[in-house]
Amino acid sequence: MSLNNLDQLYRAVIMEHYKKPRNKGYLDENNVTVDMNNPTCGDRIHLTLKINDGIVEDAKFDGEGCSISMSSASMMTEIIKGKKVEEALKLADIFSKMMLGEEIDEEILDELGDIAALQGVSKFPARIKCATLAWKAMEKGVSKEIE
Amino acid sequence: MNEFRKDFPILNQEVNGHPLVYLDSAATSQKPVQVLEVVRKYYDFDNSNVHRGVHTLGNRATDSYEGAREKIRKFINAKSTKEIIYTRGTTTSLNTVASAYGRQNVQEGDEIVITYMEHHSNLIPWQQLAKEKNAVLKYIDLEEDGTISLDTVKETITPKTKIVAMTMASNVLGTINPIKEVAKIAHENGAVMVVDGAQAAPHMPIDVQDLDCDFLAFSGHKMCGPTGIGVLYGKQELLENIEPIEFGGEMIDFVDLYDSTWKELPWKFEGGTPNIAGAIGLGAAIDYLTNIGLDKIANHEHELIEYALSEMDKIEGLHIYGPRDPKKRCGLITFNLDGVHPHDLATVLDMRGIAIRAGHHCAQPLMKWLKVSATARASFYIYNNKEDVDALVEGLRAAKEYFNNVFE
Repeated sequence: MSLNNLDQLYRAVIMEHYKKPRNKGYLDENNVTVDMNNPTCGDRIHLTLKINDGIVEDAKFDGEGCSISMSSASMMTEIIKGKKVEEALKLADIFSKMMLGEEIDEEILDELGDIAALQGVSKFPARIKCATLAWKAMEKGVSKEIE
Repeated sequence: MNEFRKDFPILNQEVNGHPLVYLDSAATSQKPVQVLEVVRKYYDFDNSNVHRGVHTLGNRATDSYEGAREKIRKFINAKSTKEIIYTRGTTTSLNTVASAYGRQNVQEGDEIVITYMEHHSNLIPWQQLAKEKNAVLKYIDLEEDGTISLDTVKETITPKTKIVAMTMASNVLGTINPIKEVAKIAHENGAVMVVDGAQAAPHMPIDVQDLDCDFLAFSGHKMCGPTGIGVLYGKQELLENIEPIEFGGEMIDFVDLYDSTWKELPWKFEGGTPNIAGAIGLGAAIDYLTNIGLDKIANHEHELIEYALSEMDKIEGLHIYGPRDPKKRCGLITFNLDGVHPHDLATVLDMRGIAIRAGHHCAQPLMKWLKVSATARASFYIYNNKEDVDALVEGLRAAKEYFNNVFE
């Protein structure tokens, strides 16, 4: 029964984030805002980041999309909070490598926490863009701030 | 089983461990061996450029290429092959009307009328033309059930309207529009009627003289033909007065250093070496469809969607968009299932070998009208059968159960 393969994609932790997204909402307008969508499928994200002295102090998102895109946004905002901008960008880089199916060190996977559960997405090529949407938005927001 | 399935070798395979159930023909149809063989034979024996060689292969290629044009003429009952222009597909056909006829005939303050249910390819060309010309783009509002009321059409089209562009069958709602009646209203107001036939040509008989439409666009790949070939039909008197928008080989009469003249219709719109194999393949697809009979195809699809609608209705939390009356629909059903995002649904179904479409279906304004960000769509064609519907319904139930469990 191939529904079992689905369990590789829809890991419990992913569905938990989908069901109860962290950091859902908005920060006020003085913060960095990014709107991004996936034109091929209609997923969209509105991300606000509070960045002070090179540190992501707060992050919130709102949007519409499938379980993968929304849970990924929830996990992403959770992990980057309190991180230095460079660290956040490094995580984005690791995440995109993970989506390409590259081997990730156990140590780094531990550091990623819940996010490691999204590894299975790399086996579903049509869904990779769902998972990377929030990360792309974050990268864009952070680079706005650096400029 | 169904008598046509054997013609489509691609259907005879397993996907993710299950027999393939292909329910995405509104995106692109599968191709029967009858079409594949004709294309293969062209490349094996006749491949040559058209309209220039004196040699035998050149003549054969030209005969087949122009022979396919005659098949297309007959297929839509155009008066002359001068009215049949080969294009890359519906998108190119509609863009050609907007860039050639539209630019040359729409002025500031004129109106262009379209509907909320248009595919982006019958929306953006008009939107951009309106912006360029400072013309007014107007939308015909839809009824609650996703159909169009002729009263609303009459209210929206005015003597200022120069172009009315409408799909014959919606790729999302499935709605079949009253093109003949709308064309009459357009003409009474001095406007031309442009018809997007992408979802209609594969599934129902089209008679351009009866519809009295001025332009009709459709694609080969949705009607058992190859990708990259499509048709623009235009009334001869209109086409005669439009300047071509692509210049180069094949389309010229005399070329001088500082001026040139064009070939006669339809070639003045066919600059460059055309998609010869595609055109010949489309001719073969038309043979295939007309041998079966477009009425028979339409009936088969109506039976299937009638069955599918009744089975899908039994699933709690499943919402179907568009008219409820199967007779007002073409062979597709767009829907959403509570608690399961369309992408997730499409992945679950794919794991069961079932191919459906999920997303905004290139109709973002319509998605806004429906107040959804995405939908799922199952679309049917001659090779689908009741077993496919059963597999879909079973898959939908499984998806629902899977996601419900996740949420418990």
